[in-house]
Amino acid sequence: MATSTWRITRRLLRQDWRSGELYMLGAALILTVAAISAVGFFTDRIETGMIRQGGELIAADLAIDGSSPPPQDYLEQATRRGLVAARTLEFPSVVMGTEGPQLVQVKAADAPYPLRGRLRVQDGFTAPERTVEQGPPRGEVWVEARLLRLLGEPLGAAVGLGETRLRLGAILSYEPDRGGGLFQFAPRVLINAADLPATGLVSPASRVKHRLLLAGDLAAVDAYSAWLKPRLPVNLTLVDGRTARPEFESALDRASRFLHLATLVTLLVAGSAIALASRRLVERQIDAVAIMRCLGAPRHLLMRVFVLRLALFGLMASLVGCLVGWLGQLALVATVAEWFGADLPPASWRPVAVGVATGMIALLGFAVPPLLQLTRVSPLRALRRDLGTPRASAALAVLGAALALALLILWQARDAELAGKLLGGVALTVGTLVLSVLALVRLARELAGRARGVWRLGLAALTRRPTFAVLQIAGFGLGILALLLLAVVRVDLLKTWQEGLPPGAPNHFLVNIQPQEVEPVRAFLHGQGIAQAELFPMIRGRLTRINDRPINPADYENPRAERLAAREFNLSFAERLQTDNGITAGEWWPSGTRAPAFSVEQGLAETLGIKLGDRLTFFISGHEVAAPVTSLRKVRWDSFNVNFFVVSPPALLGAEAATYITSFHLPHAREAMIPELVRHFPSVTLLNVDALLKQVRAVVERGVLAVETVFLFTLAAGMLVMFAGIQASLAERRTEHGILRTLGAGRRALLGSLAVEFTATGLLAGLLASIFAELTGWLLAERLFGLQFGFNPALWLTGVLGSGLLIGLAGTLATYPLLIRPPLQTLRQAG
Amino acid sequence: MTVNPVAVVARAQGLGKHVTGPSGTLTILEGLDLQVQAGEAVAILGASGSGKSTLLGLLAGLDSASFGEVWLCGQPLTDLNEDGRAELRAGRVGFVFQSFQLLPTLTALENVLLPLELTGNADAASRADEALGRVGLTPRAGHYPRQLSGGEQQRVAIARAYAPRPAVLFADEPTGNLDQATGEQIIDLLLDLRTESGAALVLVTHDPRLAERCDRRLRMHDGALEAIQ
Ligand SMILES: Nc1ncnc2c1ncn2[C@@H]1O[C@H](COP(=O)(O)OP(=O)(O)OP(=O)(O)O)[C@@H](O)[C@H]1O
Ligand SMILES: [Mg+2]
Repeated sequence: MATSTWRITRRLLRQDWRSGELYMLGAALILTVAAISAVGFFTDRIETGMIRQGGELIAADLAIDGSSPPPQDYLEQATRRGLVAARTLEFPSVVMGTEGPQLVQVKAADAPYPLRGRLRVQDGFTAPERTVEQGPPRGEVWVEARLLRLLGEPLGAAVGLGETRLRLGAILSYEPDRGGGLFQFAPRVLINAADLPATGLVSPASRVKHRLLLAGDLAAVDAYSAWLKPRLPVNLTLVDGRTARPEFESALDRASRFLHLATLVTLLVAGSAIALASRRLVERQIDAVAIMRCLGAPRHLLMRVFVLRLALFGLMASLVGCLVGWLGQLALVATVAEWFGADLPPASWRPVAVGVATGMIALLGFAVPPLLQLTRVSPLRALRRDLGTPRASAALAVLGAALALALLILWQARDAELAGKLLGGVALTVGTLVLSVLALVRLARELAGRARGVWRLGLAALTRRPTFAVLQIAGFGLGILALLLLAVVRVDLLKTWQEGLPPGAPNHFLVNIQPQEVEPVRAFLHGQGIAQAELFPMIRGRLTRINDRPINPADYENPRAERLAAREFNLSFAERLQTDNGITAGEWWPSGTRAPAFSVEQGLAETLGIKLGDRLTFFISGHEVAAPVTSLRKVRWDSFNVNFFVVSPPALLGAEAATYITSFHLPHAREAMIPELVRHFPSVTLLNVDALLKQVRAVVERGVLAVETVFLFTLAAGMLVMFAGIQASLAERRTEHGILRTLGAGRRALLGSLAVEFTATGLLAGLLASIFAELTGWLLAERLFGLQFGFNPALWLTGVLGSGLLIGLAGTLATYPLLIRPPLQTLRQAG
Repeated sequence: MTVNPVAVVARAQGLGKHVTGPSGTLTILEGLDLQVQAGEAVAILGASGSGKSTLLGLLAGLDSASFGEVWLCGQPLTDLNEDGRAELRAGRVGFVFQSFQLLPTLTALENVLLPLELTGNADAASRADEALGRVGLTPRAGHYPRQLSGGEQQRVAIARAYAPRPAVLFADEPTGNLDQATGEQIIDLLLDLRTESGAALVLVTHDPRLAERCDRRLRMHDGALEAIQ
């Protein structure tokens, strides 16, 4: 029996191939798998590339930070795994020049430093930059340009560092792992670790940041970090490329969310194409099954044959889908190629597995329940055509589809909450859809009773097969939805995202401005035509208590929370809410208030478990300051504006020792003012974030492009659904039209009835799609991306009218060939 | 034993069939008796709607009787479930239908192969070739049903029915969709193959001239059969 199963399956498959019976299903499957695997391949490569590139930001693939040297064991394990290692030590100190001591941030590095990225130096203020492979040799110190200016010494002179004297070797102009975030106040001094003992600056008791840098091939790095993570003590932190730059991470995270969402939409739309196509496939098999049953084929054999056939077919289609996905991924990668350069590693095989699994799950979920109904076909049907098809178990079909969708969405979204929302949305839409279509069918029946001629025929066609009408309208609706999402929502969403980084986004920060310098700095900037720069006070404070609960970093399981709890915050005070902040809970204080209050950034509040009304206590320069949380704020960290986790009214923190900070946009043409600024305000630190800004902007732009590419799959899926819908209705209509025409119905009447039916279908599908598109857009914007989303009346207009027109026209045109063919031919084909 | 007992390939005893529809119960067959012997050709005539197709379906085990008993190839059908009946049919029962019922997506040859493969026949390919040759369609083996005329399609159906060498062949108005001359050819073919294979033939037809050529003629009337002289 097994061999005959196999033989018949093979024959049927070959027949499917020739007859084109499975083309629609195949196309739907290929598209689904292609979309999923393209995004899979892409994100896979980008993620690996990201780690590499992120590696530049820490000058290694992996770093272990701590306040004491890392255990010897860590280093041994690393070398055993073939990783290269280097240690750096960072600590504040002073350099003695002729003009007196200067506060500096010393970094002492082992010879191989940096392991990723390159240092750049200059041999004079105006000399060109050159790239070097390694840090300073023994006896040399490399310093930032502003320190050299402050020291007043020429290159080549010796300066004192601790108990030794080192020669000023070069100006350090670029350091890949310019650590400590953006706000490194003291200028950098880079020395060779071998000179460190001679300085006598580091003793076991001194405050030093130790870092172990590691690099190697990806697998070894991954293996090492997997080995390390479970045994990492709380006083050590593991840093990798991904966590190195929050601004970067945030933009990339958003891009990848967009991509996954686009994939999900494709999945939904292509899923309905799969459902439509499977239904049609099953319908076309009924006669064959009846005949085979007559010829003595037992049910289990047929079942085996059909499932095997479907599975084989699904496997082939999925593999083709993966190939298409891989090609599609090349297009996606092309959008980011220049940015990653040759660094982008090849794709792994994982997306193939994911793609094939997706294809099979979708196929089984959507096609197997209708297939099961096939076994119930009576062999008697071969004798009596009027027996009709067995009723499909709607519950089973819905269950199968829902299960498959839930599984796939959960898997793709990688986020139970998001998946739940999406599924809820889908369930809601389907529910609304079924109810509205049923209502319409009733209405149409009513109308058909009164209407005449063309109208009667057209409306009756809709009402006669409510299940089919629901399926078809659902299919069309999803197709239209895909188009709407593509045309309107996507544009809105992406625009909103891009607007977060306008061309004039700040590219320079001035930090460490003393209170008495505030007015002169403002005046200076104003004189340079930078009028809008706002100076914010900044106070360092450590959070010690929430209500009566003392803060202990070790209490937090989340490593981010732990880090936040351990470190000093930048607090600020303000009369008014910053324009780009939004209150999400509570209220901003009234101007001139004397009441103590804190406004806390929403994300921080969530991470540390701070709620509205909690009383926070900060330890600020030797004493405690406490106040209740009266509002939570939403802040866009990737906007490059100055922002603070915690803000108070001026009455509370106004008297604390503060330094000031500002950010502003300086066009390239005006960079000539920088030396002057440095001369006027030697203690103020100027940070140029142009490079970082460019990087983030590139992520946004490339991300938008990538998302658009993925949406092309959605578009194709939408078209496919429409095509499947029209094809299904063609098959339904073939016999009917043959008969109507033999009965003498004129072509014009039939054409009219088709137009009425398809336009009605299109209008309803358009209405439903518009509702869903608006909802999707809103949900995505507000809930997922934290963006504002506006109601779009154009969407409804295009959605409803466009859909009526498009489907009315396409459907009628597609059915037209039926009308011009002689009725006999049509009937014969239908038989 | 002086003579070989004549094998009975299909037998119905006290057969009845009711169907319940929206307008009450409809009795199609009532107390019907029938014996079909090996190699015999039986014609069943009767008005449209008299229950001929229903009888055929019951004899072949495509449907179950409301009461009475049916034996097919010596096996009582009441003891078997759907799949058991299908297995019993496989290779032993052939069908020819009024509307041909070829699978539109299989070629002529593949249609003939189908029942052979369903029964796991070892020499399926050669048998199918042979059967197709017997109905004179070897040159059309690779053609699809829609590329064949009605008569040709019916000949493929006959090849398909005879290829597994069945014990009995049921034909439901096999000439109903064909012109008279083609119809005669089809009947010639059916009867010749009957003789060659020794299979019984149960032929439902409206055409008395075709019925004339069978060994026995029965008329369906009031849910039962009566012999015609
Ligand atoms: N499953 C069923 N449900 C309802 N009525 C049925 C069913 N099967 C058969 N009938 C009815 O039983 C009667 C006999 O049907 P059957 O098809 O056996 O007639 P027939 O003799 O083959 O007619 P024809 O010569 O037109 O083919 C018809 O009136 C038919 O409508
Ligand atoms: Mg009949």
